[in-house]
Amino acid sequence: MHIETDVLIIGAGGAGMYAAIEAARRGAQVVLLDRSLIGRGGATVMAQMTVAAAVGEQTPDHWEHHLADTLKAGRGLCDPALSRLLCEEGVECIREMDAWGVGWARVPAADDAPPKGLRAVMAPGHDRARCVYVDFLNTGPAVSRTLRTQVIRTPGIRRVGDLVVTDLAMREGRCAGAIAMHAPTSKVVSIAAKATIVATGGLTRLYRRNSASVNMGGDGYALALRAGAELIDMEFVQFFPIGHLAPRLIGMDPIMWDPFRYKLGGRLLNGEMQEFTERYGMAESGTYIVTRDLATYAITKEVEAGRGSPHGGAYLSFQHCDAAELRAAFGPVIARLAKQGIDLTRDAIEVAPIAHYHMGGVRVDTRMATAVPGLYAAGEAVGGANGANRLSGNAITEAFAFGRAAGRSAAAAVAKPGVAPWDGALSVAEAALAGGVVRTLPFNPAEMLVKLQALMADDVGPFRTAAGLTRALEQLSAMRATLGEFPPRAGDSFDAARLDWLDLRNMLLVAETVARAALLRNESRGAHQREDHPGLEAHWAVNQVVTLKAGALGITQRPVPQAQEAHA
Amino acid sequence: MNRDGNTTLTATLTIQRGVPGQAARTETREVPFEAGQSVLDGLRWIRSHDDATLAFRFSCINANACKECMMQIDGKTQYACTARLEAREMQIAPLPNKTLIRDLWTEIAPSDERLD
Repeated sequence: MHIETDVLIIGAGGAGMYAAIEAARRGAQVVLLDRSLIGRGGATVMAQMTVAAAVGEQTPDHWEHHLADTLKAGRGLCDPALSRLLCEEGVECIREMDAWGVGWARVPAADDAPPKGLRAVMAPGHDRARCVYVDFLNTGPAVSRTLRTQVIRTPGIRRVGDLVVTDLAMREGRCAGAIAMHAPTSKVVSIAAKATIVATGGLTRLYRRNSASVNMGGDGYALALRAGAELIDMEFVQFFPIGHLAPRLIGMDPIMWDPFRYKLGGRLLNGEMQEFTERYGMAESGTYIVTRDLATYAITKEVEAGRGSPHGGAYLSFQHCDAAELRAAFGPVIARLAKQGIDLTRDAIEVAPIAHYHMGGVRVDTRMATAVPGLYAAGEAVGGANGANRLSGNAITEAFAFGRAAGRSAAAAVAKPGVAPWDGALSVAEAALAGGVVRTLPFNPAEMLVKLQALMADDVGPFRTAAGLTRALEQLSAMRATLGEFPPRAGDSFDAARLDWLDLRNMLLVAETVARAALLRNESRGAHQREDHPGLEAHWAVNQVVTLKAGALGITQRPVPQAQEAHA
Repeated sequence: MNRDGNTTLTATLTIQRGVPGQAARTETREVPFEAGQSVLDGLRWIRSHDDATLAFRFSCINANACKECMMQIDGKTQYACTARLEAREMQIAPLPNKTLIRDLWTEIAPSDERLD
C-alpha cells in the first residue's frame, strides 16, 4: 500500500498533534500517524502536571526569567536558541491551548467577580510560580483531548493509527517519507512525503522502572540516526526521584506524587523516618524545592547506606496534612487511593527514582530541521533545549513550541517547488525489515526486552562507572548478535513477537548511543553521574554528537552553541 | 515457596486465543501471584516468560491513560490495567463487540483513523 502527502508526522502525542495543526493551517496536506491510537499513546497523555510557561497572570513573569532558569538547570549544555524558543513560544502555545478550552486551573475569584487569570504553582528550579495545570492530575489527558479535537477540526489532516514506522525512506540524499508496518494486518505501507517530522518522544522504556508507555523505546532516535541525522546529549536520561514504589497501586501513573508535592509539600523521609536531603546539600523542610538530579542522588545514597525504605526507596509522607486539606487539593484521587487501602493522613508511601525523560535527542536548528534534507523533529525527540537536566514543567511546553515550529517549517518547505514524490519502491532489505521473513526466533523477544531494561537500569542508570558501562556495551553487543538481521513473520495478522523484534532493533541501537556517550564523559553533570568521576569538569562543558556511518557509531565533542543577540 | 515461607500462590488465566476464521480455543497459563498486581501484569508476565506471541493491546502500562487494554475479564468488560489479578482461575476473552484481529487484540480505532 502506498500513501502520498506533503507532510508526514510520526507520533501523535503533544508535539506531533501540534505540528499537524500548524502545518495544516498553513496549507499543507498532512498525514499524522501513530503506532498506537491517535492521541492516546506516547507520553503527553500520561503527564499529570505541570506545564511551565511565563504567562505571568498570577505572578508577574517574563519568558527571559524562564529561560534563565532553564539554562541554569541545564548545567551549561543547553543550546540557548532552542531553550529560548521553548520559553518564548511556549507562552503563546499555552494561551492558544487555553482558547481551545483545555481548562487550565484559574486563580479563584470571589463569587460575583469575573474569573481571574491562569493559576500557576511553584516547581523545583523555578524562581517563581510558573507552572500551569489542569485539575485533578489531569493535565496530560486534557492536553491530549484538546489537541485531538483540534486535529479533527483542522481540514487537511489524515489520521492513521496502528502504523509502526520501521525506517525512513532515504532517496537521493533526502528523506522521501517512511516505510511502515500496519499492525493489525502486517501489511507493508510506504508513505511518500515532501517533509517528515519525527515526533516519537523519548527512550525511557529502555529502563526497568519507567514512567513511559510502550511507545517510548526511542524509535525516533533510531530512525533519524539510520537516516543520517545526528543525535546530541544522549548520555543525559532524567530520573524522576519520587516515582511510586510501594504499596503496589493499579491504574495509577507512577509520577502521581509530583502534583501532591507541588500543592502540599510533603516530607521525604528515610527508612528511619528522618529527613535526609540536607545531608546531600539541600534541606527540604516540608517544601518541594530540591531539584530532580539531587533528590535522585540523595535517595539512592540513603538506600546504599542501608537507610532505605523496605522496598528500597524513601518514604513520602503527607501525614502533616488533614483529610480536608488533602480532599481539597486532590478531590477524586483521594477516593481512588482509599479504594486501594491508602489513607495519606495515616500512611507514608514509598517512592524511588524512575526513568522519566530524555534530555538528549535528534540535533536540530530552531526550524526543527535535522542535518538530513526533508527531515524534522519535534518534542522530546529533539535534544539540546534542556542540556544536562530538564527543568520541571518544560516537557509539555517543549512539545507544544517545538511541534508548532516543526509544523511551520515543514509547511514552508513543502510550499516550494520540490522533487517528484517517491513512488514507494522498496529495496529488498527495506521490504524484509518492514514485512519480516519466515523464520523461527531462537529466543523470546519479550524476555530480551526485560533483560535489556534490567541491564540499562543496573549499569546505565543515573549512577555510572566505566566498568559498568563497559559491561553494558558488551551485553548490548551480544544481544544485537542474537537478534539477527530481519524480523520474523508469522502471518497476516497482528504479530506481537515481530513488534518486539522491531522495538529491540531500535532500542539496542539507542541504548548503545547512551552507554557510549556516558562512557566517554569522564565527569558528573546533571543527570549523568559517574561514580568514578564525581566532579563537574570545566573542559566537559561540551555537547557530544552521535552519528551512524556504515553501521558504526561515531561520537564527537562540540562546543556548546552560544546565545545570539536577539534580532530587532 | 516465597520469602515468608508460604507456598507460592498462582493465578490461573484461561485465555481465548486465535484469529478470525479459526475455531476459538482457550489456553490456560499459570502466573505467579503477588498482591496488588493487575491482570495486565499477568498477561505481560506470560509474554516475557512463556509465549511472546500472545496478542493484547496496551500502551501506557499502568496509568489507565491510554484506555487501550479493554477486554473481557470473567465475562465483564474491563481495563486489564485496573482489574486486579487474583489467586484463582480467571477467564480472559477479547471484546465481543469489536472485530477480532488476534487473541485479545481487537480493532478499536475510530473508523476514520484506520488505514483502509
